Amino acid sequence: MYGNDVIDPNEPLNAAETDAYDAAAEHDDQRGGRDTVGGDFDALLAADQRIEPRDEMPEKYRETLIRQIAQHAHSEIIGMQPEGNWITRAPSLRRKAILIAKVQDEAGHGLYLYSAAETLGIDRQELLDRLHDGKQKYSSIFNYPTLTWADCGAIGWLVDGAAIMNQVPLCRCSYGPYARAMIRVCKEESFHQRQGFEILWTLMRGTESQQAMAQDAADRWWWPALAMFGPPDTGEAAKGGHTEQSMAWGIKRFSNDDLRQKFVDMTVPQAQKLGLTLPDPDLRWNEERGHWDFGEIDWDEFWQVLRGDGPCNAERIEHRSRAHDEGAWVREAANAYAAKHPSPSTSPSTSQESAA
Amino acid sequence: MSAPMSSSDTGTTPVTEPVTDPATSASESAEREPLPGAAENTGAAPGAKPYAAYLLGLADDAMVYAQRLGEWMTNAPQIEEDMALGNVALDLLGQARGLYPYIGSIDGTGRGEDDYAMQRDEREWRNVHLVEQERGDFADEMARLLWFSAYQVELHTALTGSSDDVVAGVAGKALKEVRYHLDHASLWVVRLGDGTDESHRRMQAALERVLPHLAELFDDDEASVLAADLGAGVLPSTLHDPVVARVARVVEQGTLTLPDGSRWRSRGGRAGIHSRPMGSLLAEMQHIARSHPGATW
Repeated sequence: MYGNDVIDPNEPLNAAETDAYDAAAEHDDQRGGRDTVGGDFDALLAADQRIEPRDEMPEKYRETLIRQIAQHAHSEIIGMQPEGNWITRAPSLRRKAILIAKVQDEAGHGLYLYSAAETLGIDRQELLDRLHDGKQKYSSIFNYPTLTWADCGAIGWLVDGAAIMNQVPLCRCSYGPYARAMIRVCKEESFHQRQGFEILWTLMRGTESQQAMAQDAADRWWWPALAMFGPPDTGEAAKGGHTEQSMAWGIKRFSNDDLRQKFVDMTVPQAQKLGLTLPDPDLRWNEERGHWDFGEIDWDEFWQVLRGDGPCNAERIEHRSRAHDEGAWVREAANAYAAKHPSPSTSPSTSQESAA
Repeated sequence: MSAPMSSSDTGTTPVTEPVTDPATSASESAEREPLPGAAENTGAAPGAKPYAAYLLGLADDAMVYAQRLGEWMTNAPQIEEDMALGNVALDLLGQARGLYPYIGSIDGTGRGEDDYAMQRDEREWRNVHLVEQERGDFADEMARLLWFSAYQVELHTALTGSSDDVVAGVAGKALKEVRYHLDHASLWVVRLGDGTDESHRRMQAALERVLPHLAELFDDDEASVLAADLGAGVLPSTLHDPVVARVARVVEQGTLTLPDGSRWRSRGGRAGIHSRPMGSLLAEMQHIARSHPGATW
């Protein structure tokens, strides 16, 4: 599928293409011995066993997971918008097909994650209401606009790349349904990330204006992508956040700062291959640390966007709420029809036999 | 030469059960003749232009409808429907992409899929007006999808028997897809028709609004007559009755009424005469590609 064979298909481009992912997936396959541990929450955690929906669990654990899984699901659904914005304008039919399939995947991930949240005793409608009412959040990254076609590339490469870095450890999350969702989601996200990289690769080998478009997109998405890992949570900053508790519960396995560093280390060489300049004058290899040093993230901007004052916060929720409200009569009709015709053969479920 | 159409080409639900024996479709009875320009891909043979024009009509219908359906993603009544309409769009896009390069080999221009999609002006597009109309409400879309997919099921059933192996191949693949599209649209039309008072009213109104744009699907223009004569295409008028019968069955199950004929009808799409929304659709679809002449994406 790559127009230029200089992109090595065997070289990992994201965390889902590394041993960490394979290990997590394999770990899931080989997990056994649950029967000997019994059903006690702490004993299960201590034995590195999964907590399943039927298990007893502390209320706070349940609430934390609902919040996190819902936020993740909302991010997939809201995340359809910035790229969906380009479906009608994709510059070639091949790109259009890939983009439609990608936005479809995001819808699928959203549904899959809502289902995982529902195993914790809450339903999708309630979660959507909380999203529309602003009571639950989605990833702040989607409050930035997609101004040019190159943004579809930058989102795939940087935003999906950062998301995968966050999600691969979640494949080993203590809550079973979430962990299993992540194993599947990461695999598909990995395709998206490669597609994004390939969009930029093609642009950087194109005309001057295409190269400028790609560089502009990288300039705008680099810092927001780094902020996706969340505020600093190591050293002094470790106090007061969610990180410590989430780690104890086996929900989180690495600090925000560790994941951010891994992402920078993986991505900087890719930028060099692409021929893009990352917009950070402090970016340099630190021989002593064995990592790339990078500059200070603008956390004021992060908090500003998180609190609702980003370029697209209002637009994203307005779009989502409008589509939902405009569809209310359709959903009501489906329910009314199902009530009139309770036989399974007329249920509203639709065949996906031609899924592309 | 393709195998005769099999009897397995039937709908899978009561809603979309076929009302005619597919074996009686038009192309099957046509005499087989060598295809103009199809055998040797070097330049256009006599008769190749109208045949290419016929195929371009099929490809453009699929392409333009895919473009419209893509607009639903993030705008559908539920997330499942974002995915479903995305599926339909992808299928139609695939049908167009299957045909464009082949058309380029027949019309002698050697054009590729993006040359057709991104570089043609409005007067060169041969799709019917039905598919270029702006996105209405969800009932409007289901009315359009019901008619168009019923048409495509009959069309591709007939084309699987085309004397042109490429066309038969595209049709065979498309048939599996468009049966699902018809099934999907049928389920929704029935649900909306037999749902709430509001949904019934909206669905009935949508059936009326789509009416003026249907006749064009069944027009026997010069290109389609030639393609049918070759045994490669199907005469559109022969699809009319089976398509109407399919739709009527769904409409009845949805406690709706199939409206009588319209006072006016759209015309000219196959000759490159389009309605107002077409220009804006193309402007949106083509502007990035055209803003960067010669660029690769």
